[in-house]
Amino acid sequence: MSTNSGRAGGAQAAAPAAAGLRGLRHAVSGFLVWREASVILVAVLLILYFELTNANFLTNANIVTVSQFVAAPAIIACGEIMLLICKEIDLSAGQTFALAPFLVYFGAKFGLPVIPAILVALLICASIGLSIGLITVLLDVPSFVTTLGAFFLITGITLTISRGFPATPPGGHVLAGILGAFGYSEIIWAFLIVFGTHVLLRHTRWGLHTSATGGNELAAAEAGINVKRIKVGNFILVAVLAGFTGIIEAYRVGSNDPLAGGANMMFFGVASGVIGGTALTGGSGTIIGGLIGAIVLGVLQDGFTLQGINAFLFDGIIGAAILIAMIVNIRLALWQRGTVR
Amino acid sequence: MSGNAKTEAIRAESIVKRFGSVLALNGVSIRVERGETLGILGDNGAGKSTLIKILTGFHQPDSGQVFVNGTPVTLNSVDHARSLGIECVYQDLALVNTLSVYHNMFLNRELRKPFLGLLDHAEMRRQAAAALDDIGVGVPSVRAEVARLSGGQRQAIAVARAVHTNARILLLDEPLAAMGAREAGLIIDLIDRLRSRGDIAIAMIAHNYAQTLDICDRVVLVQHGEITFESHSTETSVEELLEVVRREYRAARRA
Repeated sequence: MSTNSGRAGGAQAAAPAAAGLRGLRHAVSGFLVWREASVILVAVLLILYFELTNANFLTNANIVTVSQFVAAPAIIACGEIMLLICKEIDLSAGQTFALAPFLVYFGAKFGLPVIPAILVALLICASIGLSIGLITVLLDVPSFVTTLGAFFLITGITLTISRGFPATPPGGHVLAGILGAFGYSEIIWAFLIVFGTHVLLRHTRWGLHTSATGGNELAAAEAGINVKRIKVGNFILVAVLAGFTGIIEAYRVGSNDPLAGGANMMFFGVASGVIGGTALTGGSGTIIGGLIGAIVLGVLQDGFTLQGINAFLFDGIIGAAILIAMIVNIRLALWQRGTVR
Repeated sequence: MSGNAKTEAIRAESIVKRFGSVLALNGVSIRVERGETLGILGDNGAGKSTLIKILTGFHQPDSGQVFVNGTPVTLNSVDHARSLGIECVYQDLALVNTLSVYHNMFLNRELRKPFLGLLDHAEMRRQAAAALDDIGVGVPSVRAEVARLSGGQRQAIAVARAVHTNARILLLDEPLAAMGAREAGLIIDLIDRLRSRGDIAIAMIAHNYAQTLDICDRVVLVQHGEITFESHSTETSVEELLEVVRREYRAARRA
């Protein structure tokens, strides 16, 4: 039994002659022990493929478009990953996404300035998350069921208050630009939220306790962690992030759509997380991986659109591409851990 | 902390515990001294686990008294018992497999940096490695996910964590169950080292008579809620233990 506890990967090659080569090898093996490595490789390969087959792929205009495909699922993924890690899921995130801009709209209509209206809307989203969380942990209803109920319930509320009509989000150009109308603002929000959630997961007790709760709920509770509080908190986080994403998306598009988001948005968020390496079985996951997962999905959608794939075939091609990309990703990850047979 | 001055760490006097009409413990008394290892043997349902759960504060006895360091105490919760230095290590419940060794060592007692209260990973790694070295538990790296370690290593880490967080009365629930000889050897060595420190009292539930006599200073045999046999390990044998069990078994069949 070796006892060199915890000193892995510390040494730096110093001999000047072989330093370059050794440095490279160090970098490569360093890269491969990184959990997100395989999905990063898949993303790079996809970008290369679309750049080589299409002259317009890496142009500014198209990068803006890709970023807009990526931003919303990436933010939703942040919340869903935290929930998946503590072994729960929120199927209703896409519904909260659609509701939130209408809450802002009606808040403004009742005389609130726009920013307080947004804060009130996010508070209402938080209370939705709180209710879902409490029903799940206190009444022992599986979150799959709780949030399936919430899925339809929230759609009903959105359709009722909007009467099924779209609305124009309130506020001036500057605010709209900061929130989403300026080309890159949505992806900037996404990066900020990804960074914040990454720190939350990796560098705070909350994040560690979230992982512990999903990894072994009994052991976490034995150690004195309030696992119910952790779960409810993460339900609130998802709901607030989904609401915020719905709001910035409405400002980007310039219209509140009562049928925006929905199951598609939720599944893109969950899929981004899973593609990025978050386990559906709980206990482990990465926020950065979720961002890259969202990039993979965004690049696929945008790339095939640019290539002018037949509209009827589009979903089929995307589906097949996701499958192939994920098979590559999973085989790479197994190979990287040296467990491939 | 010398090992030769034996003093009482924990004692239970005439413990009675009923669950409805079932008499789980019928006046059981045990005593473990600092630097001593007590083996608790007995069939399934004999009352071993109930006894351990009373010592961890999980169950409260109907009558009888527990003493910690000679002082009578009423253990009203697991947290209360823990605050008195009593810790039970369960084989499966102890660790979070998806977390690293050092995160498990510091679970819910994390070290944090002054800046924003962020986790101090480096300091936790350093202290975890030092604590494991200190009691001679070898792991490939404290960063390793616990899932990648063997059953014996996991058990050793759970024990190390208990000791690191100041447990002075260690209760081990079948620490050697479902382990190969090599793995069991790891835990036996660890228990030996802890015993030789002299400041820790260990009580372990076990099934393998030969192993238990080998590891423990003393053994007690629990049968139908009573202690039917008690001896120093050097003064008894597997044969004698088996004979006691056989006698009881025959009596039970005749009844």
